Amino acid sequence: MNTLFDKIWDSHVVSMLDGGTTQLYIDRLYCHEVTTPQAFEGLRRRGIRCLRPEKIFCMPDHNTPTHDQDKPIADPVGRHQVETLEKNAKEFGLSYFGMMDPRNGIIHVVGPEKGLSLPGMTIVCGDSHTSTHGAVGAVAFGIGTSEAEMVMASQCILQQKPKSMRIRVEGRLGKGVTPKDVALYIMKRISTSGATGYFVEYAGSVVRDMSMEGRLTLCNLSIEMGARGGFIAPDEKTFEYLKGRDYAPKDGDWEKAVARWKTLKSGDDAVFDKEISFDASDIEPMITYGTNPGMGIGITGSIPAEAAPKSLDYMGFHAGEKLLGKKVDYVFLGACTNGRIEDFRAFASIAAGRHKAEGLTAWLVPGSWEVLRQIKAEGLDKVLGEAGFEIRQPGCSACLAMNDDKIPAGKYSVSTSNRNFEGRQGPGARTMLASPLTAAAAAVSGCVTDPRTLI
Amino acid sequence: MKQKFDIIESSCVPLPLENVDTDQIIPARFLKATTRDEKYFGENLFRDWRYRPDGSLNKDFVLNDPSYGGCILVAGKNFGSGSSREHAAWAIAGYGFRAVISSAFADIHKNNELNNFVLPVTVSEAFLKELFDSIGADHGERVRIDLPGQKVSNLKTGKSESFEINPYKKYCLMEGLDDIDYLLSHRKDIEDYERAHE
Repeated sequence: MNTLFDKIWDSHVVSMLDGGTTQLYIDRLYCHEVTTPQAFEGLRRRGIRCLRPEKIFCMPDHNTPTHDQDKPIADPVGRHQVETLEKNAKEFGLSYFGMMDPRNGIIHVVGPEKGLSLPGMTIVCGDSHTSTHGAVGAVAFGIGTSEAEMVMASQCILQQKPKSMRIRVEGRLGKGVTPKDVALYIMKRISTSGATGYFVEYAGSVVRDMSMEGRLTLCNLSIEMGARGGFIAPDEKTFEYLKGRDYAPKDGDWEKAVARWKTLKSGDDAVFDKEISFDASDIEPMITYGTNPGMGIGITGSIPAEAAPKSLDYMGFHAGEKLLGKKVDYVFLGACTNGRIEDFRAFASIAAGRHKAEGLTAWLVPGSWEVLRQIKAEGLDKVLGEAGFEIRQPGCSACLAMNDDKIPAGKYSVSTSNRNFEGRQGPGARTMLASPLTAAAAAVSGCVTDPRTLI
Repeated sequence: MKQKFDIIESSCVPLPLENVDTDQIIPARFLKATTRDEKYFGENLFRDWRYRPDGSLNKDFVLNDPSYGGCILVAGKNFGSGSSREHAAWAIAGYGFRAVISSAFADIHKNNELNNFVLPVTVSEAFLKELFDSIGADHGERVRIDLPGQKVSNLKTGKSESFEINPYKKYCLMEGLDDIDYLLSHRKDIEDYERAHE
């Protein structure tokens, strides 16, 4: 009771159905090309339009190649899916940021970056990583295609109200420990279903100290703990980040908005259905050894004896062995998890003055054209170029094997993305999830390396 | 497919694995379709477990074992974790499953099943274990799922458990109605809300 989650959720209730189902008003719907064609088709079949087209923003990201975006997509099926989104956006009168549009990028990078995701909003998208937008103090969650169609048709969704959980991380993070490591550590502790049925509010000194980029990474990974979503109460950092962004309120409206946003916090008397607390000093740089994101260890640790044999068989690892020193074939920096400017700064901090390991393939993929612009403005492209790294064009890339960037069967990748499921980065691909620092350490040494030894 | 759900009695397909994610239920490369072709998704259900990398049938996988069949899938806890892709629910429905029994479902996938008239039935760990044992002992073991009575029964042991379902979703499943039918009939409420929050 009296949690920030309650405040935002309750202020969006349009009506209550028998048995606790809520008709919830949605402030923002994002659409990408993969999970919406059948929803638009549904609207056509019913002969209806989008109720509030101005609240819906569309952009392709999953199928987008990370090179030669000025040319048509080579894969005809992927191309058709992207063209279908463009056609649907036009037919239904929705904003569309297409390939090569400077506003394009991964939907969860673009939303906050353009000020389309704002504190206090309800935000949905047919994509589980919609939880990312919670970092600005919004209630944001992934939905299915039928639910996307619901929102298109009525700007509302029918949902049962999730329970609330607060996860506090107190203390100070050690050298080389990043928000990605915090999230992987929480998953290791509570498992990938530990927050199922809950909406998580992250709090504590570590979360307050995090940059907006770090908060976006942490909230992004809420779904990997099973949570419906995760968010952080907005503060001065949030306001500073949003100020002046394209779709953020302007002038007098800005002051009014900030005054309203400052009230968005859980009451001192707030009661959560569950509270958990972690100590920052227990968290090391993390890496995963298995086939779900909860199967992680501290980088210097060993694979636990009780690790699922099916996962170890897939990964080609054995219980009890260390990952340090394991050969790495591919490194992927990017995705909605770690494709922001700060992630490139972190990677470059280790790559600078060193060189990409021989025989290793590295894909460095900015989350948006705006991130690429910042990379160039800061000269990071030069630093990385001298170290043998090339920066690609924005998109989801090697996170989920829907475009050209696939890890070949049997090869090992250290990846800053969010999922190490079997086949996630390509059939037979073996994924180890880690932070941008740990990815950079692997990229310059060719094997799993503790980034703290290179800082 | 809008199909009214009442009481079903069927043999089961057991998948005694935990944390089955939606990338396994339907791999991403099958998400490029722009139509809701359940037959296509059903044919590719658990694609990379059903077939070996060379395209041959993996005879060790349960869907390829002819001694199992029926319209109920029984799976380990945290079924449907990961990606929100509704294609996973389309694949399950397209293959011919009408219900999935597990001790826990991931939230988004559970909603997706309900929106496709597939019933997720959450049972206790003990009931699930006994059900896997019963199916292991007799591949033709039958289970009865009574949606109106919210009861699931292991017909071999005679044990039953009641299960939870949101009353509104229960009504939708029993009547073959979807949420959009409901929402479109409440346009005035939506406009009233918008006026009050301008």
